[in-house]
Amino acid sequence: MSTNPLLHIQNVGIRFGGLRAVANFTLKLNQGELIGLIGPNGAGKTTVFNLLTGVYAPTEGEIFFNGERINGLPPYKVTRKGISRTFQNIRLFNELSVLDNVKIAYHSLAKHSIFSSIFRFPKHFSGEKEMEEKSIEFLKIFHLDHVKEEKAKNLPYGQQRRLEIARALAAGPKLLLLDEPAAGMNPQETKELMELISFIRNEFNLTILLIEHDMKLVMGVCEKISVLDHGQLIAHGTPEEIRKHPKVIEAYLGEEVGEEHA
Amino acid sequence: MKMINRFWKFMLLAIIIYTIIQLLITTEVFNLFYTNTLITIAINIILAVSLHLVIGITGQFSIGHAGFLAVGAYISAIVTMKLALPFPLALFAAGVIAAVAGLIVGIPTLRLRGDYLAIATLGFAEIIRIIFLNIDYVGGAAGMVVSRTTNWTISYICLLITLIVIINFTNSRHGRACVAIRENEIAADAMGINTTYYKVVAFVIGSFFAGIAGGLYAHNFYIIQPASFGFLKSFDILIFVVLGGLGSLSGAVLSAILLTIVSTFLQDYAETRMIIYSLILILVMLYRPQGLMGTREITDFFTSRKKNALKGGENL
Ligand SMILES: Nc1ncnc2c1ncn2[C@@H]1O[C@H](COP(=O)(O)OP(=O)(O)OP(=O)(O)O)[C@@H](O)[C@H]1O
Ligand SMILES: [Mg+2]
Repeated sequence: MSTNPLLHIQNVGIRFGGLRAVANFTLKLNQGELIGLIGPNGAGKTTVFNLLTGVYAPTEGEIFFNGERINGLPPYKVTRKGISRTFQNIRLFNELSVLDNVKIAYHSLAKHSIFSSIFRFPKHFSGEKEMEEKSIEFLKIFHLDHVKEEKAKNLPYGQQRRLEIARALAAGPKLLLLDEPAAGMNPQETKELMELISFIRNEFNLTILLIEHDMKLVMGVCEKISVLDHGQLIAHGTPEEIRKHPKVIEAYLGEEVGEEHA
Repeated sequence: MKMINRFWKFMLLAIIIYTIIQLLITTEVFNLFYTNTLITIAINIILAVSLHLVIGITGQFSIGHAGFLAVGAYISAIVTMKLALPFPLALFAAGVIAAVAGLIVGIPTLRLRGDYLAIATLGFAEIIRIIFLNIDYVGGAAGMVVSRTTNWTISYICLLITLIVIINFTNSRHGRACVAIRENEIAADAMGINTTYYKVVAFVIGSFFAGIAGGLYAHNFYIIQPASFGFLKSFDILIFVVLGGLGSLSGAVLSAILLTIVSTFLQDYAETRMIIYSLILILVMLYRPQGLMGTREITDFFTSRKKNALKGGENL
């Protein structure tokens, strides 16, 4: 089973000037897995996402997705290969409607050309109609269809987070990268989010890599967890193993890892 | 098919406006001065709307639009005056060559984020002006004599084509991709949009229509001179877009009309014109910093779709 991982990150690293933000990072994700990536502030988690999605090209190591080398590809090509993401600080298309936000993600799956749009050929109308229908379907799954005409910036925070996930899914990924999706959410919203993540994972047959600060969420939802500290992978294992791992405990400096209270 | 319906409504309105104005011209209610003003308004709307696509829709701050205007003006003048070919062909050639210029300037600069584009386009416009200044074939500083061929009808047709193309482009997945770049380039990239490609496409379409405007402009006076295409001309076009409200096509059209009328009536008082211009700008920035129309469109006031409005007006 582990012979052909969906994502294989091999000894990847990057330097920003003198700072080695990520070093010698290795991770395998099999189809259908949900893996958590945790670590203290500034550990390099978001940088790993940026390396995966082509925002930065790694200065060392290689990344294989579906058996294909993807490091060095520009972000839009990585997305088209089937990796899409959300951002730690929400990046929606603020002035656009909720519906348009999702339509934009669906952009590269549509076929009608610039030419057919300018001259309003039938292909334009059928293409746009399909985009609209698909996007509304996505919004329904995320319970956002009732606000589809609203500008994205006017949504409450929790809905913005959900819209970002909906938008990432509309791009048609095999691998979904979620960067602290529960940040800033209240416990009720977090609970709903966890259910949503499990749901979309089954519904869309997804593989998910999840960065999260909320230990309870990570421990509850992920099968395996990788722990980063100072750009280095310090532990990898089941939530049970991670919870007891001395290096992890040390990295969090007494922060109670996986402390379980209601 | 309500989108097709909308197209015919637009065309009907366009034909009515045309008929009324044509009637006023033939019955000589509008004298030559008014007719000229109308032609200048049409040219300025084309310029405003083409720059709106680049700045308002795609969010790329290009401030050298007069460079493409100059390319169109000189190319069209060469086609009619030197090669003695028909005017419509000259207009088309003006658009195509300006678009090629747009491609050449756009490809290296639009890859870069930030203010490079502003500097590059400004530099490009100056270089173009200086090139024409130094080519004897097109008359150098003295300029080039051009026969007056532009009339109201052809200006209006060009204006309609510009509006239809840019509105249709804007209201499609392609226009949406451009707006996504304006709203958040990193997110657009992450959603699978080839941002460089769409920036170049918007820039080239914008340059094409600026070139057409140049062709009309060149054949609307008896002479073209490099001095008419300096930074101040680029600035004039930029003001149409900013004053109208970044992202609003109707705003760009409206401010092009208003400012053309204002400056036509102040033609003889160049200094006063600049003062009034500055005053208008200061007042707008004070009381409506988002521009006359903000990001809204005229059509928003008649329909209930306002929240969904994708900048650029209705579907055609
Ligand atoms: N573009 C960049 N240029 C320079 N340094 C960077 C850049 N991006 C990230 N860094 C640095 O790399 C380190 C890792 O940052 P990163 O954002 O990946 O951390 P993180 O684990 O996501 O932290 P947080 O939990 O706060 O989100 C930090 O020290 C950060 O300052
Ligand atoms: Mg981070």
